[in-house]
Amino acid sequence: MKKLSKRQRDQRRTLLLSFLAGGAAVGASLLGYVPVLRDFAHRLRPPGALKEKLFLSSCIKCGQCVQVCPVEAIVLADMSDGFGMGVPYIDARKQACDFACDTPQCILACPTGALSHDINKKEEVRMGVARLVRPDACLARQGKGFKGLARGADFPGLHRYMDVDRWSPIKIADYPYDLESCDLCVRECPIKDAISMQPMSDDPDDKRRTPVVHDPCVGCGMCEMICPVEPTCITMEHNEPGMQGERI
Amino acid sequence: MKRFLDSFRIMLGGEPRRPGKDDFTPEARELHAYKRRPEVAKKRIAMIREEQENPVLVIKWRVRRWISIIIINLLFVVSFWYDVQLIEGALTASRVVGFHMADVNAALQVVLAYKVLVLNLLIGIVTVTIMWWIVGGRSFCAWCCPYHLLAEFAEELHLWLAKKGLVKDHPLHRGTRSVLYVIFVLLALVTGYTVFETISPVGILSRALIYGAGVSLLWVAVLLLIEIFYTRRFWCRYICPIGLTYGFVGKTSPVVVQYNLNHCLHEGKCIDVCLVPHVIDMTRKGRADDVIINVSADCTRCGRCVEECPTGALTFKIRGTGGLL
Repeated sequence: MKKLSKRQRDQRRTLLLSFLAGGAAVGASLLGYVPVLRDFAHRLRPPGALKEKLFLSSCIKCGQCVQVCPVEAIVLADMSDGFGMGVPYIDARKQACDFACDTPQCILACPTGALSHDINKKEEVRMGVARLVRPDACLARQGKGFKGLARGADFPGLHRYMDVDRWSPIKIADYPYDLESCDLCVRECPIKDAISMQPMSDDPDDKRRTPVVHDPCVGCGMCEMICPVEPTCITMEHNEPGMQGERI
Repeated sequence: MKRFLDSFRIMLGGEPRRPGKDDFTPEARELHAYKRRPEVAKKRIAMIREEQENPVLVIKWRVRRWISIIIINLLFVVSFWYDVQLIEGALTASRVVGFHMADVNAALQVVLAYKVLVLNLLIGIVTVTIMWWIVGGRSFCAWCCPYHLLAEFAEELHLWLAKKGLVKDHPLHRGTRSVLYVIFVLLALVTGYTVFETISPVGILSRALIYGAGVSLLWVAVLLLIEIFYTRRFWCRYICPIGLTYGFVGKTSPVVVQYNLNHCLHEGKCIDVCLVPHVIDMTRKGRADDVIINVSADCTRCGRCVEECPTGALTFKIRGTGGLL
């Protein structure tokens, strides 16, 4: 075999190193596929979000939606979300979208249309849909009332109460309740006819009621945040087939 | 035209070539011949020696740049934390007093992955392209990119360790960046995800500054460690497609670093400090084919060579102002 000069050997080493480094960079970036394919991060997306796959493609990861949200509901995902890094989501139990914007500010702020600009009325938004996941723990279904702070004194969550100030959010911890029969999920729902309390029997003396979610539900997560039971009785189902513009 | 294309060839990874015999202008040929005279060469060496004995540290441009990087990034942070709404968003996309801006490379990834271009994003891309074209294209890197600032300190550390013989630079082929550029374009197109954004330390750092730190900062730390211990300016020199994007943008920029063969002592201090030394290859003895040459495409307008040059052979100029500026 022909002996290579030092210069040639150096050149070969440089090329090999370049291949390795380039391969490593591409490999590292493709690791982002893992959480996406395995659906590690099952996220509730902000109002107007396109279907999950398109949402990840179209989002430019700038966080302008985070900045404009009046109740600071939106946060950006970390690297553990893979390709979803820097993409906004809402942890409804911690801070739901209270859906009290006239026009969702996040949608107006989005520069790429990842939060769809095709929405004419905010009621058209479909982030997900509320589901009663722990019916047995629901206070209303046990005929119980609720007195006190919905989520305790330390809970930092915000909400725009219509009877306090339509425009500025206050802490849920600053708004005590005294309810003969717990109907927090219905009471604080921002959407008309999205959820209602139905009697559980024909007996007029039976105080038990069950929350029933109806068609207009936008999946904002307000009921999930306000539910006083720990863990919550009601959660958002999302990322289901058919997000924005379609019925779940 | 030839120099124009050659500038792209070099930016994409080609080696600078020694000019052919007929490539020199008569003035340049004459000047090279003059510099080769024994008495002139002797004088030049004496000047280099004298200057090496009395080194002057100039950090004027570095300080200006660091202030620029810090202020721009701080504006994002302050705008959010104090709700002044001056610059909303992050470096990938923002609204400056209501006006859309979008990082050209990030926007490219989104457009390729999503295959839709909304008007706001187009406005953002055009605005940013024009803005960086005016000030030099890759001036984004040197004057705005938060990773560049960290990498500069990592580089200082690398050079200090190298001087002590503790580390050695392992250069890569510069064509790596061009190949990766194409790969990331194809990946966005084929997978439908903004794949590059997953490893972009620019986006990661910008978001970390504004919205708070996360695990992703570990990736930035890994890159910095590579730059300190293994390959000098690993990311900016050999990987980052953002730099290449802005390199194209800045090819014809009015703001340039200009080389003047008259003043040059060919001692190579500029090449030692330059992030992209292939753009100032003409400072090597006998390589300049003209007396005045504008440094092109890949130059980040960082001003390190301007600072380092003791004779003012490299200076910032604004093209088309007849040397008034």
